[in-house]
Amino acid sequence: MAELTGTFSRADVVYVARLARLDLEPDEVDRYAAQLASILDHVAAVTGLDTTDVPATAHPLELANVARPDTPGPTLDRDEVLAQAPRVEDGRFRVPPILGEAP
Amino acid sequence: MTASMPGAAGWETVVGLEVHCELSTATKLFCACPNAFGAEPNTNVCPVCLGLPGSLPVLNARAVELALRIGAALGSRVEPSIFHRKNYFYPDMPKDYQISQYDEPINVGGHVELADGSLIGIVRAHIEEDTGKTTHVGGGGRIHDADYSLVDYNRAGVPLVEIVSAPDIRSGEQARSYVSELRAILVATGASDGRMEEGSLRVDANISVRPAGAVEYGTRCEVKNLNSLRSLARAVDYESARQIAVIEAGGKIVQETRHWNEEEGRTSSLRSKEEAFDYRYFAEPDLVPLAPTPAEVAAVAAGLGPLPAARRHRLGDLVALVGGAAPVDQLATVVGLGLDDLVAAAIGHGADPRLALARAANEAANRPEEARDLDPAAFAELVKLEAAGELSATQSKAVLAAMLEGGGEPAQIAARLGFEALGDAELEAAIDAAIAAHPAEWARYRAGDAKVAQFLLGEVMRATRGRANGRAVAASLEARRT
Amino acid sequence: MNQAGAPFPGAIATARKVRSGETTAREICEAALARIATFEGAIHAFNTVTGELALVTADRIDAAVAAGQDPGPLAGVPIALKDNLCTRGVPTTAGSRILAGWIPPYDATVVRAVAAAGAVIVGKTNLDEFAMGSSTENSAFGPTHNPWDLDRVPGGSSGGSAAAVAAGFVPLALGSDTGGSVRQPASLCGVVGVKPTYGLVSRYGLIAFASSLDQVGPFAATVADAAALLDVVAGHDPADSTSLNVGSEPLAERLDEGVAGLRVGVISDFLADASPSCAAAVRRAAEVLGAAGAAVEEVAIPSLMLGLSAYYLVAPAEASSNLARYDGVRYGLRVDAPDVAGMNSRSRAAGFGPEVKRRIMLGTYVLSAGYYDAYYGQAQRVRTLVARGFAEAYRRFDVLIGPTSPTVAFPIGARTQDPLAMYLSDLFTIPTNLAGHPAVSVPFSLSEGLPVGVQVLAPSLGEGPMFRAAAVIERGADPGARGPVEPRLAEVGR
Repeated sequence: MAELTGTFSRADVVYVARLARLDLEPDEVDRYAAQLASILDHVAAVTGLDTTDVPATAHPLELANVARPDTPGPTLDRDEVLAQAPRVEDGRFRVPPILGEAP
Repeated sequence: MTASMPGAAGWETVVGLEVHCELSTATKLFCACPNAFGAEPNTNVCPVCLGLPGSLPVLNARAVELALRIGAALGSRVEPSIFHRKNYFYPDMPKDYQISQYDEPINVGGHVELADGSLIGIVRAHIEEDTGKTTHVGGGGRIHDADYSLVDYNRAGVPLVEIVSAPDIRSGEQARSYVSELRAILVATGASDGRMEEGSLRVDANISVRPAGAVEYGTRCEVKNLNSLRSLARAVDYESARQIAVIEAGGKIVQETRHWNEEEGRTSSLRSKEEAFDYRYFAEPDLVPLAPTPAEVAAVAAGLGPLPAARRHRLGDLVALVGGAAPVDQLATVVGLGLDDLVAAAIGHGADPRLALARAANEAANRPEEARDLDPAAFAELVKLEAAGELSATQSKAVLAAMLEGGGEPAQIAARLGFEALGDAELEAAIDAAIAAHPAEWARYRAGDAKVAQFLLGEVMRATRGRANGRAVAASLEARRT
Repeated sequence: MNQAGAPFPGAIATARKVRSGETTAREICEAALARIATFEGAIHAFNTVTGELALVTADRIDAAVAAGQDPGPLAGVPIALKDNLCTRGVPTTAGSRILAGWIPPYDATVVRAVAAAGAVIVGKTNLDEFAMGSSTENSAFGPTHNPWDLDRVPGGSSGGSAAAVAAGFVPLALGSDTGGSVRQPASLCGVVGVKPTYGLVSRYGLIAFASSLDQVGPFAATVADAAALLDVVAGHDPADSTSLNVGSEPLAERLDEGVAGLRVGVISDFLADASPSCAAAVRRAAEVLGAAGAAVEEVAIPSLMLGLSAYYLVAPAEASSNLARYDGVRYGLRVDAPDVAGMNSRSRAAGFGPEVKRRIMLGTYVLSAGYYDAYYGQAQRVRTLVARGFAEAYRRFDVLIGPTSPTVAFPIGARTQDPLAMYLSDLFTIPTNLAGHPAVSVPFSLSEGLPVGVQVLAPSLGEGPMFRAAAVIERGADPGARGPVEPRLAEVGR
């Protein structure tokens, strides 16, 4: 894993852009690096706070155990779904060559 | 590659297995689409399992119940758990993240007892959703040479439980035995039909080697594309040998993912795992925590029927009571085929336990479906006839085959087949003839060579066309020696 | 500043007249569409106007009334929906090129709810792309203009919905609020905007931005109308696992019970960071409440000021994951490439605007291995501190008040070069989202002709007292400080 540098450098932008599948032009990389570094600087004020013994709030609700019965429901009409697809063949979504296994 | 074999002197093979099993629910994990095999592509889909903008997951209660059954069967501890997002891009992933469980899984710990009694530890068993299926077009259907690919999301969102074993497995054969036992457990709990060839049971292996007696683990490789038990065993043995050869030649093992090639019988490198992928796990904000109550957990455990290991023990104890320790492989076969009730019932009718077990494991096993329908009393009767010497082993097997074919009573079938017990006089005469025909062998037997008894027995069986009772022959030979 | 009433009465009055036969849904609908035709060119509140569908719906409602049936509490009321709410058969863009032309095959739960209540959907409103922004200038389809001053922003991200109500196009609209995206534009447009308790309104069918913060919320010209709309869309939804299952009595009925004895806290930390006119509005609103019998005091809740930083770590993180699905495979924009990863990257580069890209990258970064705990984990802990700050305050007070926005509407283009300046617009609204609490912005006064809203905050499921306080504040507001207004077309192109 490329080492993230903690200040949002150019290399950091390249790394996250690759992870997030965003093509960037070289001048964009520089521009975003500057903007993101500035933003991170401001919001990183929180990183210095003492939060020992403070639990994380993953969620504002206190719900638990929400589940549904195992009963089949309506499916979508395939034609309606495929009509929105960029490329279709044989009732399936067609994509360019995948080149590698899933990570 | 040198000729080092797994288990080669000085080396220990260390294997951990990740087994994904599809749960036998009516609907998918997070939506109400049917969980069904073989439908037309993209017909069992909805906004949720297609990952359409605005869609949200809702957990399937039955999937939780089946996951709890699996945990109970493995002896796991049920913990409050949450779901996490595992983020990565891949066309078979409708949301480009998978909803799974990360560091707070539902089932923690446990073990699997193999047929030979050895224990393989379980680290965890958690719930996650399956991906869609991709077909590669062009280039022989392989991913690397394809012209393009087609994606079907019918399978996307199907519930899976991933079972992670401890690195306690030591050979290809043991790996095979583990998966076989796990499958039997899954089927026994009703959680999954566990069919490797159909893809409802998938296995990835993590394999490393280390010097025998070492405590630290060696660098491991993950091996994928194991589509059968045979592939699994072969791949483990191959990979272990490969790693040993590399190390013995002075090289180092690269941590990576490797692909098992069944035709060529070898693993090949897929990608380096030195750079562990950054999945950016975080708690799934669209779902809430799962906290089964102790009562629910207890109810699930109580509702489980006897599992394979327990059934082997039960039958083994029953046989041992009268007949001494039962052979492990026979117990495994009989329980594996669901014939343990038959054998236990036959023993209840007075059949010799060891013989009943042997006939079930060796002969009835050939036609398991018919064997499960055998009348235990009739089976017991057959075993008694053989034990009493009224039918030889060969004859008994023939009668059993006939019973499996068309049912019936053993005594009547034996008569119909013309089997009568060999009279004592006829038996002694046959033994006399065999001794007379083979004086050298007889001399060796008298001198204490036990192995030549088999040869003499064989001669007697030949002469009597299988009607002699093996034990009676052996007893007579023994008596004559002195 | 002109203030002309809309061509039809407010929502509650409209529904009453339609159900009684005093007016027809078609008349109302035609009036709405006519006003849109006149002013929409200058405002750009809508991405899609569904005129034909609306008339069909209106006719159906009139037929039901004629047949003696009750079409529902919002019978014949025109409503606009933020374009991040899925509407079956109607384009839903989320303000993004990546979804341009996408037609959902399903309706959001709240869309079905308003339709079932008899409302007439007249169109999908403009928004900052994927709800990320505070001005609606991040829309891929051009900004929306504030009806009070066409050279100014309406606020964001639900700027289109706020403007639609403020311009008198519709008496009701739905938006979404993740860090203030309903309340802030409501304040800048002189209308009422509500963010409900998290979980009170279903998110199924709301195109996700930040899942633990998003809520659908109503816009209206009056507190009573906003409460009526909230009553229609609130309720448990089995399709949303984060949906609350609590019976709640209708809010609209208890609105006028007043605030005698209500304990009101004025958040002093917020006042310090607001412009003088915005702070002054809050102080006057406090006096109005006091005169009506509330016990009003100032209170400092310093942990709330940590909210902005925590939000800009948590929200982008969740968004980076929520927006991964826009990969050119199943729907949306695809730009081809020799391999699928390349196709994903080119499609997303072409389809997402700069603010969205910034937040995706920031979010990806803070979730990365090695940085997760310092950033995302820490932000989730700070979230707890914010919640605790509120909890302590709510031991002494029933509701809190403060400014909604630090300033009035700013000129279009004034903050687009400085993302951080834009983020500060949400300083007073963000803490509420972090805690999952409800809050409402009530139009109160004008500053140099531009609307100033006052915010009322309450603890979870405190909508009752919150609306009662809002109703009292509304009664004490300056006349002329609230919409709808007639946009001054002569100002276009100035």
